Amino acid sequence: MTMTQVNETTGSTDQIAALPHERLERVWAWGGASSSMGYVFRPTTLEHLRDVFDLAQQTGRSVGLKGGGNSYGDAFMNSENIVLDLSRMNRILDWNPETGVVTAEPGVSIEKLWQYILEDGWWPPVVTGTMKTTLGGCAGMNVHGKNAWQVGPIGNHILQFDLMLPSGEIKTCSREVNSDIFYAAIGGFGMLGCFTSLTLQMKRIYSGYLQVKTGAPANLEGMFEFFEQNLEKSNYIVGWVDAFGKGDALGRGDAHIANYLPSGADPNPQQSLRLEHQDLPDTIVGVVPKSIMWMFMRPFMNNMGTSLVNLGKYVSGRVGSGREYLQTHAAFHFLLDYVPNWKKSYGSGGLIQYQPFIPKENAREAFAEILRTCQKHDLPNYLTVFKRHRPDDFLLTHGLDGFSMAMDFLITDSRRPQIAALARELDAIVLAANGRFYFAKDSTLTPDTVVAYLGQDTVAKFRALKKECDPDHVMQTDLWRRLFVA
Amino acid sequence: MQWNQTMTILPQINRPLEAKQRAIVIGASSGIGAALAQKLAAEGYVVALLARREDQLTAVCDHINAMYAGAAHAYVHNVTDFAEIPNLFQTITRDLGGLDLIAYVAGIQPPVALDEYNFAKDEAMVKVNLLGAMAWLNEAAIRFQRAGNGRILAVSSIAGDRGRVGFPAYHASKAGLNTYLESLRNRLAKYGVTVTTIKPGFVDTILLENAPKTFWVVSTEEAAAQIYRAIRWNLQTVYVPLRWTLVGLALHHIPSFIFRRLNF
Repeated sequence: MTMTQVNETTGSTDQIAALPHERLERVWAWGGASSSMGYVFRPTTLEHLRDVFDLAQQTGRSVGLKGGGNSYGDAFMNSENIVLDLSRMNRILDWNPETGVVTAEPGVSIEKLWQYILEDGWWPPVVTGTMKTTLGGCAGMNVHGKNAWQVGPIGNHILQFDLMLPSGEIKTCSREVNSDIFYAAIGGFGMLGCFTSLTLQMKRIYSGYLQVKTGAPANLEGMFEFFEQNLEKSNYIVGWVDAFGKGDALGRGDAHIANYLPSGADPNPQQSLRLEHQDLPDTIVGVVPKSIMWMFMRPFMNNMGTSLVNLGKYVSGRVGSGREYLQTHAAFHFLLDYVPNWKKSYGSGGLIQYQPFIPKENAREAFAEILRTCQKHDLPNYLTVFKRHRPDDFLLTHGLDGFSMAMDFLITDSRRPQIAALARELDAIVLAANGRFYFAKDSTLTPDTVVAYLGQDTVAKFRALKKECDPDHVMQTDLWRRLFVA
Repeated sequence: MQWNQTMTILPQINRPLEAKQRAIVIGASSGIGAALAQKLAAEGYVVALLARREDQLTAVCDHINAMYAGAAHAYVHNVTDFAEIPNLFQTITRDLGGLDLIAYVAGIQPPVALDEYNFAKDEAMVKVNLLGAMAWLNEAAIRFQRAGNGRILAVSSIAGDRGRVGFPAYHASKAGLNTYLESLRNRLAKYGVTVTTIKPGFVDTILLENAPKTFWVVSTEEAAAQIYRAIRWNLQTVYVPLRWTLVGLALHHIPSFIFRRLNF
């Protein structure tokens, strides 16, 4: 069968050839609120990867990339087209324990990476809240950690990468070579090509522990103050907000600061840097197996239950406020892995996340308005995480000199239209405050909003680069079509 | 292959929180198929309409899109072109961005005299009424089993319940379709797939031109509304209109020694 003319804007062809049925799989959003069917391929070598791109061209399909599958929405979905799952391209190609420079395939997870380098005294400079994300996915989304205002997103620590274009050609990109592609493919959510290897600089550490300190701000004002006071002297800060707090208690919550131990502070780093030392415990309070913990959380996943749990969490945080203790890196960073399958506690409708980024001068007012708007519609978000950020040089960046608030919303059939409408209302608040958004978390944005926060010029520049790297519009996902084609 | 040459199809945009239902209706250029396609569009579905006659198909498609913009996509296709079905099926699921329902409504019933044995007519009926259904619904069955949900619906006929004197091959094709659907139902139920058999009595369509005596005739719109209700209520086998259930019951129980003396 011959290929017909490709449609300029959609990549659609008039007719296509059938792909094998056994490749057809249901691909779930990480949050479980949506899914779609895609033809999933899991290559292990560059040749296999090229074969998939060839097959896509022969059968008139587009190709969407999937790493760990931890994006909350449709970033790795490609309905009825090819989903290229890179999790089996997961070799660490080179590691230099002297310089801390690692080169790895895109399917290497943060989990594999930190476990590989820890005992040499290194830690990834940027990690996500789960260790199940892959380097390819992290680079494609340009993820950040709880140290975003100090070290920026992961892109700041990528020295170089190889990118396979849909034609099969491999382009090596760095800040010096092919730099326009370097700054656009990082954060370009897989729309320019497929990372085949990435070289990153790791961070030297001198202990398996972090020094952690807690606080419990009584409201949003207190939260901002807590951040301001500690920004200079801290390596990591993360805030948790009880979105049920009202009036004077709006934005109450708790906050954690963590600092690396300086060289020599840990009397026995060889011990604390051992892998076994970093393991997350199997049980909670010593008795409840963590694997079934989500079942105990399930009854509380409604407005009343969560308001009680959050109040309890806030009060206990308040009681323990100012406490200082040592915590392993894994335990501090990978909160999302602490209770396996915790998302199941949200029930069959799943959850979505809405994470706006707001410049610091507008953040107090905008976040207060966002929280109040959710409360007004009786659609409070159940888990709310607060972070500080800084600007960076990547084309489609979400980074800015300000704060972000990640909000998890329970989804049910009846809530779907309500949450969609709420998200549009919140979009307006964010845009009015010169805010930005983050594709890894998105399920609700519209094309207009994306152009509004990125700017016409940025979008045009990205489209031009996409045309250069992918003239036939082979690289696509549901997210791309929803935000850039619709 | 020449489907879809005149139309521009944009891949469907899937919004995670505002997902649309998607359907294929085969045999959508007139009669029950056209009415069902319109009903589905009215209920918020995006529908792929398939039929052999391009002019009529385009007219139905334009009519639906005039009321529900972007809801209908047309594909010119002859169900007896079995070989093109796998590719066309995946073309449509790609254009729709997924699939929730497939409705096989295509059917023919050429006039046959009481003493006529015409293999060409018989073959045509079996090809359109039964083999076309198998070719399309096999594709849907594989897909829905892998998806873990979905609905297969086919418009059969009360004529499939017993072999009467009028149209031997038509009765046989519909009886075959009924049994095929029952097997699909029994295969797929455990995967969350529903298979619905619709058995219309007399519906005001072109097929009635060859039927000598008719009664209880309903409009295609009424038939489509009842079929949609069967979809909503997850029904398995439904007579349309419902009162034909009684006729079906009676037909089933006529003993052969009486049946062979009847002239209907």
